[in-house]
Amino acid sequence: MEWGNFVSGPFCGKVLAELGAQVIKVEPPLLGDDSRRHGPFPSHIPDPERSGLFLFANINKRGLTLDPAKASGRRILDSLLDSADIFLENQTPDLMNRLALDYESLKIRHPGLIVTSITPYGLTGPYAGHRGYDLTANALGGLSFGTGYPHREPLTTPMYQASFLAGVAAAFATVVALLGRNMTGQGQQVDVAEAQVISVLLSGYHLPTYIYRGVAGWRSGNRMRLGLFPNCVLPCKDGYVCIDAPQLEQYQRFLSLMQDQDWTQNPRYRNRRAMSEEYPEEAEALITPWFMQHTKEEILRICLENRVPCAPVRNIDEVLDDDQLNSRDYFQDLDHPEAGTLRYPGPAYRLSETPCRNVRPAPTLGQHNVEILCGELGMEPSELTGLARAGVI
Amino acid sequence: MAAQLLGDMGAEVIKVESRVRLDGLRLGRPMIGEDIAGGDRGLWPELQPLFHSLNRNKLSVTLNLKTADGLRLALDLIARSDVVLNNYSPGVLKRLGLDYPELRRVRPDIVLVSMPSVGETGPLRDILAYAPIIQALSGLMSMVGYQEDEPLVGELQSPWSDSVSSVQAALAVVAALWHRSRTGEGQSIEVAQLEATTSMLGEALLDYQMTGSVAQPKGNYDSEFAPHNNYPCDGDDKWVAIAVRTEEEWRGFCQALGSPDWAIDGRFKDRYGRLQHHADLDRHVGEWTRGRSPVEITEILQGYGVAAMPVMNIEDQFMDPHLRERQAFAEVEHPHLGAEWLYGMPWLLSGTPGSIRTAAPLVGQHNEYVLGHLLGLPAEEMERLQAEQVIY
Repeated sequence: MEWGNFVSGPFCGKVLAELGAQVIKVEPPLLGDDSRRHGPFPSHIPDPERSGLFLFANINKRGLTLDPAKASGRRILDSLLDSADIFLENQTPDLMNRLALDYESLKIRHPGLIVTSITPYGLTGPYAGHRGYDLTANALGGLSFGTGYPHREPLTTPMYQASFLAGVAAAFATVVALLGRNMTGQGQQVDVAEAQVISVLLSGYHLPTYIYRGVAGWRSGNRMRLGLFPNCVLPCKDGYVCIDAPQLEQYQRFLSLMQDQDWTQNPRYRNRRAMSEEYPEEAEALITPWFMQHTKEEILRICLENRVPCAPVRNIDEVLDDDQLNSRDYFQDLDHPEAGTLRYPGPAYRLSETPCRNVRPAPTLGQHNVEILCGELGMEPSELTGLARAGVI
Repeated sequence: MAAQLLGDMGAEVIKVESRVRLDGLRLGRPMIGEDIAGGDRGLWPELQPLFHSLNRNKLSVTLNLKTADGLRLALDLIARSDVVLNNYSPGVLKRLGLDYPELRRVRPDIVLVSMPSVGETGPLRDILAYAPIIQALSGLMSMVGYQEDEPLVGELQSPWSDSVSSVQAALAVVAALWHRSRTGEGQSIEVAQLEATTSMLGEALLDYQMTGSVAQPKGNYDSEFAPHNNYPCDGDDKWVAIAVRTEEEWRGFCQALGSPDWAIDGRFKDRYGRLQHHADLDRHVGEWTRGRSPVEITEILQGYGVAAMPVMNIEDQFMDPHLRERQAFAEVEHPHLGAEWLYGMPWLLSGTPGSIRTAAPLVGQHNEYVLGHLLGLPAEEMERLQAEQVIY
């Protein structure tokens, strides 16, 4: 059972559904998930059944409209939870407490249930009640501070990536809880904070730099600091490339591609650490001309042949066209009754015995109400009219 | 990191390494400083703090897989394992005779995980790629920047694709174990880091198909929110994140600021207007934030139900009472460094919480326990294999 909204909860449900879970998505009657109003929309025409973010984050789920704040809505939810393994939600902790849908309340009737809550900051700690979104979770998570130029404002991660990663993290922690239930017979609460996932799994890399070198943080624009030159994004003839060649042999193979190498004899340009930390602009200016003479595809081909870690910065249209991804049939066409056929990115992994499959596109609003309420809970079709009128479904 | 996540949650993880070619993170001059290292270069592989975070809870055995005996011992270990996880380049396991069919012969229900950069097949199969390069190929990098007409920033200062792939791989492992618990069947899993990164970019990929727009950097602008930015505060490089979505939040925001004249300007009356004039709005908000600290602003705005949070660097995070209380950092006793801070728990489970039970292993620290005790290798055999640089 997923009572998710926008990105983190729904993407967690999507990932579990892709792995084979039967996911029922609960949406507010009439309005549905907020991501139905986010877009992108075909030809920019808003339509809650054709919002790209919703379509992507809700593949393979069945959709039920339900208001758990109403007494009959709550009864229906409880009946569905009776046969569920997981209750997944990313509502505000305040709302969940008010509705007695917090773990302590739920476990009385559903001791075997795994309750997964994804929130910006978590269910405990001084900021538990604070309001948050992806932007503020990235701020607390520490990813924003390092992104951008030193003299400009820090940049948050594009496309709600913190929420997406938190969704995957929550899926992992949830399946761990399922395996735990195999051993203990007990359900449990899984408390996933978007900010903490980012803080630990990304900013955690910088902890030693802070503790042992006293460097608390930095922004360095198009280049990674505190490494060996070159590790940066540079312009080329038709766009940008990214090079990251820490090993000496990689760097030497890269230098051998260039005509003008006289500068490599200058002691100033033999200290790759200083080139990265002290005068990176100057160092980058030495190699940029070579990139400017070549296109992205030329650079990819040359660097692949010469075993230099360097690749084009693909634009999104190029990603859809990418030979590597397409040679592996990565994108998957899926037909949706309202939005038509679209190419969706596939799962993150390929499992030999239980491959991820797309069983159905994202549900239209309340698409499976009858199937679930009548077919599975045994309600009479006539009851649904009353429930709909009362705004319960 | 994938194995570390599983180890944190209780798995017994045996890290197979060798002095023939140590884990890259053990190599190089440690950042802890000469005084701590005591000038002993031989200790360097044990003094790498990042290695300690990524390898806590693990056991280390040193096996030279280029020897027949080393391979045999590896297969003996695999026969007693649930999962084999590797991130070697495509083809390496097969060359070693450790590919899936071979592993199944010694352990029919084994779960094998491979984590190639872009896949074990395809024209770019042999590309040398670190996290930023995966981010470049995935399309993510093309969206990191201030605006379309400014030079691309591209880089995140943390290896995004490494972490994303690790969490996804750990998820695939426990999903496979769940399947095994019901059917007795193992499987082989491929986590291409490029695909793991691209799997979260559906919105941009659909946008191109639906509208023809190619996603561009747009700074902190968001079509759902206004204000929505990191605003300058009092102090050097201090910023606060503020995100306002609903009308209720906007009213709270205006109240928190004492309902200044500019806020009741007709242009900012509804969200559409605020989005249209977001640059002007940002200027006004920035004037208010500039004289205050991030913490002060956060307290004021949260008091009115508005999402705000200091933009934290690692020092701010390390000192932060919220992250501390939620075990985002952990202090672990290391045999050479003493008490050492590592990154901690990324999530909290009530019934089977994760834990850090032991520091990262020294090279070969658990040869005796794993090879002697678990595999039952006699002492004289261990000595012979050590002398022949099989256990090495």
